Amino acid sequence: MTTPPANPAAALPEPLSVAGGVKLPWHRARTSLIGFALPLGGLLVAFGIGAIMLAASGANPLVAYQALFKGAFGSRNNIIETLVKSTPILFVALGVTFAFRCSVWNIGSEGQLHIGAVGATLAGLAMKSLTPNLPPILAIPIMILGGFLFGGLYASFAGVLKVKWEVNEVITTIMMNFVAILFVQYLTFGPLRDPAANGLPMSAYILEAAQLARLVARSRLHLGVVLAVVAAVLVYIVLWKTTLGYQIRAVGANPRAAKHAGINVPRSVFVAMVISGGLAGLAGMSEVAGLHYRLLDSFSPGYGQAGTVVALLGNLHPIAIIPAALLFGGLITGADTMARTVQVSTTIITVIQGIMVLFVLGSQFLVDKLEG
Amino acid sequence: MTIWEILPQLFQGTVFIGLLAATVRMATPLLIAGLGQIFAQSSGVLDLSVEGLMLVGAFFGFVGAFYTGNLWAGVLSGMIAAAVVSLLMAFLTVTLRASQMIVGVMLVIMLAGLITFFNKLIFGTGYIPPSTEGFQPLHFPVLSDLPFVGPVLFQQNLLVYIAFLLAPVVAVIMYRTTFGLQIRAVGEYPRAADSVGINVFKTQYFAILIGGLFAGLGGAFLTLGWTGLYTDIISAGRGWLAIALVFFGKWNPYRLAMGAILFGFVNALQLRMQVMAGQQVAYQIMSMLPYLLCIIVLTMVSRKAGGPANLCIAYKRE
Repeated sequence: MTTPPANPAAALPEPLSVAGGVKLPWHRARTSLIGFALPLGGLLVAFGIGAIMLAASGANPLVAYQALFKGAFGSRNNIIETLVKSTPILFVALGVTFAFRCSVWNIGSEGQLHIGAVGATLAGLAMKSLTPNLPPILAIPIMILGGFLFGGLYASFAGVLKVKWEVNEVITTIMMNFVAILFVQYLTFGPLRDPAANGLPMSAYILEAAQLARLVARSRLHLGVVLAVVAAVLVYIVLWKTTLGYQIRAVGANPRAAKHAGINVPRSVFVAMVISGGLAGLAGMSEVAGLHYRLLDSFSPGYGQAGTVVALLGNLHPIAIIPAALLFGGLITGADTMARTVQVSTTIITVIQGIMVLFVLGSQFLVDKLEG
Repeated sequence: MTIWEILPQLFQGTVFIGLLAATVRMATPLLIAGLGQIFAQSSGVLDLSVEGLMLVGAFFGFVGAFYTGNLWAGVLSGMIAAAVVSLLMAFLTVTLRASQMIVGVMLVIMLAGLITFFNKLIFGTGYIPPSTEGFQPLHFPVLSDLPFVGPVLFQQNLLVYIAFLLAPVVAVIMYRTTFGLQIRAVGEYPRAADSVGINVFKTQYFAILIGGLFAGLGGAFLTLGWTGLYTDIISAGRGWLAIALVFFGKWNPYRLAMGAILFGFVNALQLRMQVMAGQQVAYQIMSMLPYLLCIIVLTMVSRKAGGPANLCIAYKRE
């Protein structure tokens, strides 16, 4: 028998739709040392299982992991590539953080990222034909706006369906992932295809002034990584220093109590969903404006799911997510080197990612026990 | 040809018969996986890992049949493999009370990677994937030769008939047996069920396990009853559709079967339209149809769906 909770409303079963009212570890008031130890434990377990898989496919795990590490952080160029890959992951993870903190299960980052890329591309192409002399100081904010608005708007469909018709957002957002990826395919093979691209599925280049500056000469590192870190700080400020953020976290912790406290729960849920989608849209924007300068078919190697995993590993804290995003950017970059060195499938990385986060989720039970 | 010239052609003669036969075939995996989820969801567990479980069933079903040369050994290995994975889901969400929303999705991500890894490990990266005979269409005397009805209903393979027979079986188990009553009691009000001596955890474990067995069978149908070979991510969102169909069917096996047929029809229709339209109509737009329909259908039913009161809330014994 436990002591009765301070808030009697919290003890009642939640009269909510399928998607609500789950008490989650990060909704606890404090985070102890073990909260930081868990992701590290998960890391060890995941790489342990990964080692078994490597050995099973006839590779020496030590050699493989050495190649993985070298590929991720071994040289200046590799570190730059890791940063490049971490950028969209960080944007997505920030968006997921925003939604999950409100107990809004937005699994649609991949779709919102794709639609954000479409928004940015359309903005960049429109500026190219309408205002070709626009300076970057105006063009880049328009790109950011385009990515954020399109991503947010796309997520808002799932938000409206959840708030108005109580439709499970996990399923709608996943369905919309399929739709968005097909839509980008449609655009790049159809209406947006650049005739000069030799039949390849890609759009024309966006306005030059709308492209994010390269930070290091002759490398792929672009301004997007700075924008992502700025976004992390902004998300932290919004979630913890503003009324809106307080309301979103209160709804996430206990929608019923939040409602009793006078918070407009549906509004918070909707806003969390839209901002979450907008941040994922920025991931697509930064890929278009910073890296490719055009819309490509299948430009994302699963940044959506990587970002979702990163958000969970970073304990849904915008600042703690930054190292987690770097780790995953490194895993994606290093996986190619590892695959070349020991001839294994790069999907081993996906398995390692999944095991890591499942370990963290499962072992929260222990934390609850230890912390009482 | 525009889409409006193609549509009438699809509803004529042999094309239409082929369309309806494909509808039944395409409804089958959705129906099997959905029926299993009626157990899991009725016990209060929203098992979102179905997509991954179907992938496991499809792959291990194929591997089992490929190496033993026996289709039933394949079906069995697909079901068992998926059931083992669903035990992990049960352990994480029932015993450790981790969030069902997140664990299921993460399992799908992990399983997709794991199965792709196994596929490369076992079959290498050849350009021609290995294939197996698969279940052949049955031939019933008289019935199969009937015009129209014969090719649509009586020339399917055995797994299709098993799937549609499972619907009434599940209905009987859920509404006419003590076990079904216990599952529903646990999903409705676990504390009350516990107080009358029902083991809540055991019931939920069993329900999730049955869901896994069914999802494995649904997956095995994809490789052994349909394509005859395994290709990466063969489930293609069917696991998610199956979950949505359970909501659509309001946890009732018969309504679920109707939903599965509706989705089978739309999928069969859009695939034929893709073929007939050729370059004229973008195939991507038609491929979106089942996913869009899923969202529309869920929107229509969700508010009035009701459903197990304790769905998604982990039970804590006090």
